Order: sequence, then structure tokens, then C-alpha cells
Amino acid sequence: MKSLGSIRRSFAPWADPDAKPFIAFENVTKRFGDFTAVDNLSLNVYEREFFALLGASGCGKSTLLRMLAGFEEPSSGRILLDGQDLAGIPPYRRPVNMMFQSYALFPHMTVEKNIAFGLKQDGMPKADIEKRVADMLKLVKLGEFAKRKPHQLSGGQRQRVALARSVAKRPKVLLLDEPLGALDKKLREETQFELMDLQQELGLTFMVVTHDQEEAMTMADRIAIMDKGEVMQVATPAEVYEAPASRFVADFVGSVNIFEGRVAGREDGRIEIATADGVTILADDATAAPGEGTVWYAVRPEKIRISSRKPENPALNAIEGEVWDIGYLGDMTVYNVKLTSGLVVRSSELNSQRTTQDPLTWNDRAWLTFPADAGVVLTR
Amino acid sequence: MNRLSRFNVASLILGFAFLYIPILLLVIYSFNASRLVTVWGGFSTRWYVSLFSNQQLLDAAWVTFRVAFLSASVATVLGTLAAIVLTRYTRFHGRILFTGMVFAPLVMPEVITGLSLLLLFVAIGLERGFMTITLAHITFSMCFVAVVVQSRLLSFDRSLEEAAQDLGATPTRTFFSVTLPVILPAIVAGWMLAFTLSLDDLVIASFTSGPGATTLPMRIYSQVRLGVTPEINAVSTILIGVVGVGVIIASLVNKRRDVQRRRDEQAAAQG
Repeated sequence: MKSLGSIRRSFAPWADPDAKPFIAFENVTKRFGDFTAVDNLSLNVYEREFFALLGASGCGKSTLLRMLAGFEEPSSGRILLDGQDLAGIPPYRRPVNMMFQSYALFPHMTVEKNIAFGLKQDGMPKADIEKRVADMLKLVKLGEFAKRKPHQLSGGQRQRVALARSVAKRPKVLLLDEPLGALDKKLREETQFELMDLQQELGLTFMVVTHDQEEAMTMADRIAIMDKGEVMQVATPAEVYEAPASRFVADFVGSVNIFEGRVAGREDGRIEIATADGVTILADDATAAPGEGTVWYAVRPEKIRISSRKPENPALNAIEGEVWDIGYLGDMTVYNVKLTSGLVVRSSELNSQRTTQDPLTWNDRAWLTFPADAGVVLTR
Repeated sequence: MNRLSRFNVASLILGFAFLYIPILLLVIYSFNASRLVTVWGGFSTRWYVSLFSNQQLLDAAWVTFRVAFLSASVATVLGTLAAIVLTRYTRFHGRILFTGMVFAPLVMPEVITGLSLLLLFVAIGLERGFMTITLAHITFSMCFVAVVVQSRLLSFDRSLEEAAQDLGATPTRTFFSVTLPVILPAIVAGWMLAFTLSLDDLVIASFTSGPGATTLPMRIYSQVRLGVTPEINAVSTILIGVVGVGVIIASLVNKRRDVQRRRDEQAAAQG
């Protein structure tokens, strides 16, 4: 069987209709005055899942997290954690912990004391606290920094202290608000994998808020794409990328070419889309396409081949245009090709060889080719 | 760095001279052996010795310190509470009015504050003395504490409190284990400000004091009206010394902490 993307998943409780959700948002709405931050949103997260909320700033993703932590109460709807309704339970009695975007380390306490803070509130015996703190310091590899104050640490070290502090209590759910936002690019990439390992090791449910799609794609089991307080799509990273549910999602994650048109013909489960740009596109997935109305064909740049010769295979889509812009990125080259209608179509070629027989340059005539199943047909 | 021009040097000297020559004169004449204030009669510390046998002055000093300590402490508690309410609970009715009312004493002429307090104390039949001076000082120094603490609270990262609650601390616990320690420097600064304000207040104390409670500034003022004695110079010099040493220590401690902090941060960024 064909599957989307290149990963085979053994962990997929969301596909099991009998699985009980661990966190359930049921028709949750949150209004601040006239502004609706979260709009009638329903969402299920499963135990041990690494779940990401992805969206631009102001889309309501942080509000959702804060409602789960107890800093905000929903205006309507309810939130269940492990079957228990969280309404009216103050933050200090909820079995969830949060890692703050600013880390929120207590500046007057040492690293040790910061990590021990939550355990102390629970009235854990002193010896146990010491042992747990030592374990946590080892986990985040900060043993030698135990006696330091937060301002004596680098950004990456602070991030680890914040992480250790928020998992020290072994919460049922760990909430992470832009956990890597304050780190530089290189450190961020390393830390992504560390977070994933940590989640595996502790067996916790992680819910992370981020605006960085790469971060969400790398770490999460599933991603919820949010816009204006609503969830646009909840799916695995591969599904979100290869089978976006709408133009918004297709455009938000990665880059994409979108052709607008209407269905002109059907045969053998395929449809022909006559686009406004004067080209006809053969598309594979006809199930979703209506007979009437506008449809969109979305295809990723790396699914489109570029060549100076017209392809011979009639089963392929082929569009002619003029090379408008070339961007050489090292590992790949990006071509912007302008059609006669003025539409610019992007194709990216992986530079898997150091030399090429058929170099293209600016203003060359070029043919863009892609098979019928390279893209998806969207109706919204 | 820019070099100082002649004009700059001149204005600097003029400015400092204007500020400090009177004080310097006072200090010098406190060591004058002569009883006449304006005639130099040789170096002597006799006025400092006689100071400590002047029971009236010592009593006044004791009253002043007690008033300052008590009023600064109460004003700090009240001012801190006011600052917290003003920065945290931004959505209550009449907040703007309340803010204005807390800060009005900052710009109110002291004579008016003193007079209105006097009228109040007379109206409710409160016997004037130590208690009324202290109450009056609490009233006017509270707003200074509120200003100092409020500015610290405005830059306070609220997520610290959320983090504490998230980790299981009740709001009360959060306040005492996180909020208070973080804003403590501002509270201490507020207390010190209130203490000095009370220490050198003459106008309000004069309005609200009664028999048996005379503060040091009042005693000095009334003695000066009978003629400046070198003894007054001596007590003033001691006051200047106490305040000066306090300020120098405070700024040295601050500076050292700053330098240490910057060094730590640099080390952390590199390591």
C-alpha cells in the first residue's frame, strides 16, 4: 500500500476508533471582550502523543494552551483531561506543567532550587526531592551548574533548566510554549531531537505551541494547523504536507503552486481541470472534486520537473513557460517559470549531481512536467 | 570619550560650588573653637562633645528616628499594597481616580498637607504628639513608596507568577516565595526613601506635632531662630555624615552587584 511521506508509523492511536482521548477540547470558545481568540474548537489528543499547535501569532494557539494550564477559563465549552472536567480547577491543582516561552526561571533561586520548587509545593520529603533534582540535572546534563543562578547561564542552559523544572513533577501533560523560540538556529535543531528523545524516555504527553513549521514537522506526531481561533486541519506532518485540506494549509506549510480552474472532464477516476491560465491539468484524485464550481490544484515545487525539451510521455502534465528567476541554494536550485498568462510557477530541482548536461538560464523556454498524482485537488 | 571643553569644566565647577559650598562651610564651622559662628577661632571638637550633653537635642533626635522608622515601615507596607493594586487589578471602577489620589500628595504643597492633617486631628479630637506626626508622615511618604514599587512591578515578568502557580504554589505562596523576593530591592529602596523623607521633614511635623514631641529638624529650626550656635553645625554635620555614608554604601553595593552580574552574564554567554 502506498503511504504519504517516507515514515511508517507504529504509534497512531488517532486512527483507532476505540481509543480514548487523553485531552479533549469540546466546543471550546474563548472571548476577550469583542475578540474571539478560540472559536468553537474541538480537538482530541492521545496519551503519549507529541502534539503540535501550529499557527501564526494571534491564531489562538497560546490561548488554547493557557486554558489547559488553567490561566484562562473557556467562555464556553469544556476541557477534559483523562476523563476529568477541568472547569474551575485552579492552575496549582492541575496535573499539567508548562514550559514558558520566556522560561520564567525564578531569578533569586539557584538552578537546584528552581527545579525543586514544584516538588516542595507537593510536600515531597527532602531526601526524595534531592534525588529527583539530581536525576533531572543529569537528564538535562546540567549537573555542574546546580548552584548557579539563572543569570549565570547561557540561553541554551536556561532552556534546559526550564525543561527540567517543568518535567520534575512528572506531570500527565507537558505544555511547551514556543520552547525553542529563543535559541539560535543550530541549537534549535539539536534541541528538537533532544526534546523528542526526552518525550520517549519519560513517556509523557507533550503539547507544544509553535509558529515554526519546521519545528512542528520534525517533532510532532500530529499537527493542528490553526487560523483565527479555528483548527484548519489535524493530521500527521506527512498528511499536512502531502494532503492539505485547504489552500490555507497548503500555503501555510511549505511552498506550493496553486492553479485555479474548473472540472472540464472525467475519465477512469481522473479529472481534467481547465485553469484560468489556459492550461489543462490532469489530476488523479477525483473523489473530492465537484462537477460545478471552482477547484484548485495544489502542487509542491519539488514535485515539478523542469527541462528545456518537451516531454514525450502524454500521461504527464506539461506546461511551457519562460525561466524568470533562478535561485541556487546549494542542495537545490529553485526556478520560477512565468507562463504566458503571467502566472509564476515554482519548481525546485535537487542538485544530486555536481554537473548537469542541460543547464537552464534566465529567459530560456522551459517545460514543467508533473504526473497527475503530484498534487491535490482542493475545493476550499 | 569626549574631552571636556573649558566651558564644560567651568560650568561643572560652578554647579558643584553652588551645591556644596554652603554644606562645606557648615561642616568647617562645626569644628570652630569660637562661639561666634562667623569668626574662625581654631580647630576644636568641643561642640561635638557638648552636643552629647544637650538633652533636648538628643531627645529630639530619638523622637525623629522613632517617627522615621515607624512611619517608613507602615508606609512601605501600605505603599506596596497600593502599587500592587494599581499595577495588577487594572479593571476596577475608579482606578484612574484612585491612581490620582495615591499620587496627589507627591505634588501637594507641604503646607497644605500639614494644615489639612492638623484640621483633621483637631476635628476628631486626636491629641497631637508622636502619634500624629507618625500618621502624617505615613500619609505623605506612602505615595513615594508606591511610585518606586510600582515601577518595579511594571517591569516584573508575570510569567514568573504563573510558573509558580503552574508548579503547584497557591497565590499566597506565590506572592511570598516569588513576587516578594523579586521586588524586594524596590521595597527596600522605598523604605529608605520614606525614612529619609520623614527624617528631614520640618513643615508637616510642625503642623502636626504637639507638646512633648519635637523632631530634630523642628528643634534645629527653633534654636536657629535664637541664633545659630556651633552646636547646630555639629549636629547637622553628623546628619550629613550619616546620610552621606548611607548613600555611598548603597551605591557601592549596587555598583558591585551590577559589575558582578555583567561579568556572570558574559561568562555564561561564552561558556
